[in-house]
Amino acid sequence: MNDDQAPVLVCKDLCISYYTRAGEIPAVVDFSLTVKPGETIGIVGESGCGKSTVAMAIMQHMGANGGIKSGSITFKGRDLTQLSEQELRHIRGSEIAMIYQEPFASLNPSLKISTQLIEVPLAHEDISKEEARQRAVQMLGDVKLPDPERLMDSYPHQLSGGQQQRVVIAMGLLSNPSLLLLDEPTTALDVTVEAGIVKLVADISKKYGTSQIYISHNLGLILETCDRVFVMYSGEVVEEGTINSLFTWPKHPYTHGLFACIPLPTADKNAAPLKPIRGQLPLPFERPQGCYYHPRCDHFTPGLCDVDHFKMESVENSAPDHRVRCLRYKEIDHRHQAEIEETKEILELGKRVLNVDGMKKYYEVRDSSLKALISGKRVRYVKANEELNFTAREGETVAIVGESGCGKSTFAKVLMGLEKGTEGEVRHKGKDISDIAVRDRSAKQISSLQMVFQNPFDTLNPSHSIGGQISRVIRKFGVETDKKKIFNRVMKLLDTVKLPRDFYFRKPRQLSGGQKQRVGIARAFAGNPSMVIADEPVSALDVSVAAAVTELLMDIQRKHRTTLLFISHDLSVVRYLSDRIVVMYLGHILERGTTEQIFAPPYHPYTEALLSAVPIADPEVTKREIVLEGNLPSAMKPPKGCPFCTRCHRRIGEICDNELPPEQVVTDRHVIKCHIPLEELKKVEPVIHVPEEAERLHARQST
Amino acid sequence: MTTTITEMPTAGYGAALWRGLKSFALLRESWVGMLGAFLVLFWVLVAILAPLLAPFDPNSSIQPFAKPGMEAIKGGGTFWLGTDHIGRDILSRIIWGSRTVLIYAPLATISAYTLGILMGLAAGYRGGWVDDVLSRIADIILSFPVLVLYIIIIATIGASGFNIIIAITFASSPGIMRIVRGLVLDLRNRDYVAAAQTRGESDWRVMLVEILPNARGPLIVDACLRLGYVIITIGVLGFLGLGLPPPDPDWGGMVNETRQMAMAFPHMTLFPCIAISSLILGFNLLADGLREISLRD
Repeated sequence: MNDDQAPVLVCKDLCISYYTRAGEIPAVVDFSLTVKPGETIGIVGESGCGKSTVAMAIMQHMGANGGIKSGSITFKGRDLTQLSEQELRHIRGSEIAMIYQEPFASLNPSLKISTQLIEVPLAHEDISKEEARQRAVQMLGDVKLPDPERLMDSYPHQLSGGQQQRVVIAMGLLSNPSLLLLDEPTTALDVTVEAGIVKLVADISKKYGTSQIYISHNLGLILETCDRVFVMYSGEVVEEGTINSLFTWPKHPYTHGLFACIPLPTADKNAAPLKPIRGQLPLPFERPQGCYYHPRCDHFTPGLCDVDHFKMESVENSAPDHRVRCLRYKEIDHRHQAEIEETKEILELGKRVLNVDGMKKYYEVRDSSLKALISGKRVRYVKANEELNFTAREGETVAIVGESGCGKSTFAKVLMGLEKGTEGEVRHKGKDISDIAVRDRSAKQISSLQMVFQNPFDTLNPSHSIGGQISRVIRKFGVETDKKKIFNRVMKLLDTVKLPRDFYFRKPRQLSGGQKQRVGIARAFAGNPSMVIADEPVSALDVSVAAAVTELLMDIQRKHRTTLLFISHDLSVVRYLSDRIVVMYLGHILERGTTEQIFAPPYHPYTEALLSAVPIADPEVTKREIVLEGNLPSAMKPPKGCPFCTRCHRRIGEICDNELPPEQVVTDRHVIKCHIPLEELKKVEPVIHVPEEAERLHARQST
Repeated sequence: MTTTITEMPTAGYGAALWRGLKSFALLRESWVGMLGAFLVLFWVLVAILAPLLAPFDPNSSIQPFAKPGMEAIKGGGTFWLGTDHIGRDILSRIIWGSRTVLIYAPLATISAYTLGILMGLAAGYRGGWVDDVLSRIADIILSFPVLVLYIIIIATIGASGFNIIIAITFASSPGIMRIVRGLVLDLRNRDYVAAAQTRGESDWRVMLVEILPNARGPLIVDACLRLGYVIITIGVLGFLGLGLPPPDPDWGGMVNETRQMAMAFPHMTLFPCIAISSLILGFNLLADGLREISLRD
């Protein structure tokens, strides 16, 4: 970073509005930002806070109904708002490049990678095709893609999601832009792939001196990539500062609230429950008077916070560029508040409810190619689940962790009776249910096993009212038969999931994502299940909402002593809420044990890599960096030996490629499937190092 | 919590009707849709009020070859649109003919939709051999030129109102099936369908209660368009002499009977044609309007 150089981008008092039938919607108000050369700025906030609108405004790509109302965007001394379409076209792509969330939507599926890459320098510079091609190949190598020459001749669908995103980043960098905008570039990717991309993004500014604006909802990722952070809430910046000052001494109550919503790797569900921010983000046209955050703020003072809208001010006794939009930040003592935390009772575990014993699920795939005809292998198998063994007790939370394609959802399907297991047993309350389809199960079996689904926008039928959908479950399972009693029970369930009772009459489209997920939980618990499978129930929600839904799920679980099978890819959430963890990879269980056992050595090398990939929103926690090479192998052609051998950073030799590793028992129920001897694994250092409370910066500051 | 509800609500049909009217009021925002609705409504009113509006008996021969606007020689009255070669008043025949169209076209469409939806649901939701068999049947029917198909069917089973419905159902349900099948293929992977499956709902309940209502948007638009085509079809069948048996008024039949005299007496064919096109235009514009609204939301 160079302080004396002229800034690349200056946004000054920017106000952006959308014009719709309902009138003018102020999406972003009073936004100021300065980006110095080589600096990476993070913009963090929940969905609807206006962070993408800012990026679109910088690109001057607002759509027909958006417009900059006031303020200026100065890029290298030129005001972008004043430029003609022609001049803008010259800047876009060559001097400012943008990278979007979904790589598969950013690449044209019918053009070769080479065509799409060469196009960039050809359009902006006066160079020959050969030169452009050379540069493209070199850039592909720079973004750490193996075998660039071969990649140039492939089509986007032949690449994995992570590779595609690397190609998109390469495309963005090809014309050597001064500013790179990244809008949630890793949200659609798996955690271990995300870790690789994040590392790449962090290296870009070092190598090319490119300034970057990194937009994300994930504070942990911002910490790993950025130099300065802007926290946005409801269209305005509420706090800005360097990574260090903002993450160590957050001043604004909203920033604080965000941190309290994220499960840290140190947190325990009973000792330190998450503190969700109450209420909801206000819609742009119903923002409150004064501070936009005041209806949700714990430190709200009537007559002060709800009177006038006010400007950002510099924080006293902090770094000079640490600014906050709060009138009371000096008076609020966040440390004091942290002490009076409530704790929750620890749930005693009961008898075994679920017993998975050697469960296998193979999908048959018919191969009609000529080669298959000759060799006689007409049927091939996709081995979705291979020898699953684990148990779950009453009141226990068991997490199944793994990246997409590891077979965790297939297992849920077998459990729910949507698919039949190929081999082995899944005993629920002593009865094998693995080969009973759901329609052949008794009403009692069905009602005792229910599911919370992943996508809040898909989990409720848009055509039916909330009340109708919950009461259908009650009627179907025969919990109540009388109309009046059913109605009363729905009311009680709505109370339990903390939704207003008049939601009974609402249609799903009138609800927000978090509210829909609450209804999904109410529906799952309506039939008094003994076991609930939650398939990534909070991964599509904003952090503050996710925290509330997570807490709710656990409260209901405590009350009903339900067994919770929590399927997730997010180790920090899993660490926070589960008692035991099962780590899956390519259909195999690589490691299983209690949460403490999984998070401490000895690790399976894959668990180690997963832990290293978790973004942690705490600057003082240090991690060992393990970036996995390569991609997840196809389930059609899994490696002959250890499923993880193609990407393992601790591969010991031939044995890994050729033999399936044995299950090594560490302690009672902690099992690792690896060839490396336990003694070796035990010597591995912990991945995450959390400093003691006394070593912490803010502890030092207060004394 | 703003209100605390403790009482069970009494579900009324009044409320449902009110909601329906309210969503119809959305049509105001699309002038195209409003124009279409106006045209359709106009013809519906004409059909309902036919006995009051028609100045003459549509089937009695009064005065042949009267030009539009001529006074009747006997008994008084004006032939606003003239008379045909047998002397029947064209205005009265168009007015009464609107009943034929507005009864048989919707009935045929509903019947085609019932069959098409059931087949589409089964093919899309069940997949496998059910899908294969139904899709191949649809392919075979769709591979025939529609007109040939109508002629074969009507010639075989005879020309009557009921048989027109059968012919139209047979010829257009495969198209509807394809649309429904496509929609179901998308909708059946939704989580709420999985939720219904995991609570052990029957296949028909999943198809009809969970999936079908969510496919209604595109289907309503298509139904409006298809209603227009069916009206054309009924007109064409009438023109080919395969429509309703004479002497009952039928717009297509009116054009057919008088087409040889079209050069000398254009009014005999022109006015029934205008009637047909205005109603079809009405349905098409209505479909456009509905689509516009559904896209906006």
